[in-house]
Amino acid sequence: MSNIPENVRYTETHEWVRKDGDRYVIGLTDHAQHEMGEIVMVELPEVGAESTKGDAMGGLEAVKTAEDFYAPMDGEVAAVNEELEANPSLINEDPFAGGWLFAVKVSDDSQFEGLLTAEEYKTHIGE
Amino acid sequence: MDKRTPLYEKHVALGATIQSFAGYLMPIKYGAIQKEHMAVRESVGAFDLTHMGEFRVTGPDSTAFLDKLLTNDAGVDNGKAYYSTMCYPDGGIVDDLIVYRIGDQEYLMVVNAANLDKDWAWVQSHLQGFNVKIVNESDETALVAIQGPRAQEVCLKLTDVDLDSIGYYEHTTGKFAGIDALIARTGYTGEDGFEIYMKYPDAEAVWDSVMEAGEEFGILPVGLGARDTLRLEVGYPLYGNDIDHSTTPIEAKLAWVVKLKTDKYFIAREVLEQQKAEKPGRYLVGMKVIGKGFPRHGTPLFSGDRKVGIVTSGSIAPALGQAVCLGYVERGFQKRGNELEAEVRGKRIPLKIVKIPFYKEGSRK
Repeated sequence: MSNIPENVRYTETHEWVRKDGDRYVIGLTDHAQHEMGEIVMVELPEVGAESTKGDAMGGLEAVKTAEDFYAPMDGEVAAVNEELEANPSLINEDPFAGGWLFAVKVSDDSQFEGLLTAEEYKTHIGE
Repeated sequence: MDKRTPLYEKHVALGATIQSFAGYLMPIKYGAIQKEHMAVRESVGAFDLTHMGEFRVTGPDSTAFLDKLLTNDAGVDNGKAYYSTMCYPDGGIVDDLIVYRIGDQEYLMVVNAANLDKDWAWVQSHLQGFNVKIVNESDETALVAIQGPRAQEVCLKLTDVDLDSIGYYEHTTGKFAGIDALIARTGYTGEDGFEIYMKYPDAEAVWDSVMEAGEEFGILPVGLGARDTLRLEVGYPLYGNDIDHSTTPIEAKLAWVVKLKTDKYFIAREVLEQQKAEKPGRYLVGMKVIGKGFPRHGTPLFSGDRKVGIVTSGSIAPALGQAVCLGYVERGFQKRGNELEAEVRGKRIPLKIVKIPFYKEGSRK
């Protein structure tokens, strides 16, 4: 069973989103990192880039697979996790904290409420 | 319904990620692919390769039959093995395989699991006119590979056979972990190592003995994931990725297994001879990724605006800590040192054509 914490929201494309002050931090779910296996390279967006809900923001390369990750909300990229450049396996080891991908500033906070709850995400992945 | 190898329960107990591969439920990895990869590079790993297919060829015309069917020369000494391609009349590759010469009139062909049915039909269809018998032993033959610089030390604990007398691509029969086995110094990893062929009921005892004997060397069970990264790191082609019916051994830089220097006839000889003389329109090359990025099977290759090729295998090379790939490029662009670009997710990633093997420190090359 995957770790699906209750204190974050989710997308159908397996990102989690956590409100952190005036911005939202985004990462890959435990379920998704487990499916992908060891992530060996991360392609991050640039700070200041536009974030449009549903658009690919970057890529993750595992030994056997590659996946894009997507913007869960409209806004602007406020920060990226530069530690992943040197240590991409943080996504596997600590997906909900040290393995975060990027953060966005949004103008419309109501988007957050539209994301999946832990319960809904659990159903989505069939657990 | 997928088949299970006799070691299936062992893999499950070891916590393997199991996937269907070529009709078998096979272990892809037991833990981390990179860790399994490095165990083979630095010490030793054990593989269940029972999915591979085995055809035994016997009879007075065995050598003549294989010489017609295969591009490489069957005229090796007893106790030796050879790598070969098997081609269609148009020069396209049916499969690549290892052939062990067991005796004057006996060979064992070891073929890719994914091609088993196709190969069997192909081999069967050429029997006419040859006094040979072929038997498909795939469903009764298990294969355990022990690979890595410490592989011989592990195997020495399990057999009285003089392993030093078995050279690279040589084999013998003897007792291994108490059972009758074919013991071969072959592999697909770029490291020294052995492949042990045995009957299904003996596989569990051999596997347990190997894991126990290897414990002091830190042996790890290795899945098909690391098998793929190990072979790619030393530039060995994989059927279905780098070679198939649409490619020839000349294009794939496998001319060394095409016996054009002999006067023996074999299927596709004329086509391959002509292609070699006229030079093929494309070549399989090795490329190192410069900077960040990750080309995979099917990624297009460019020189400026011109599409000049396609990636056939790409992955991280764990022992090198960087991404490498194999791919076909148009003649004229294949020179070592030449820089190309791969297009991944709309971005151009620079690549440089380099000498294969990518990894040069292997205990076998």
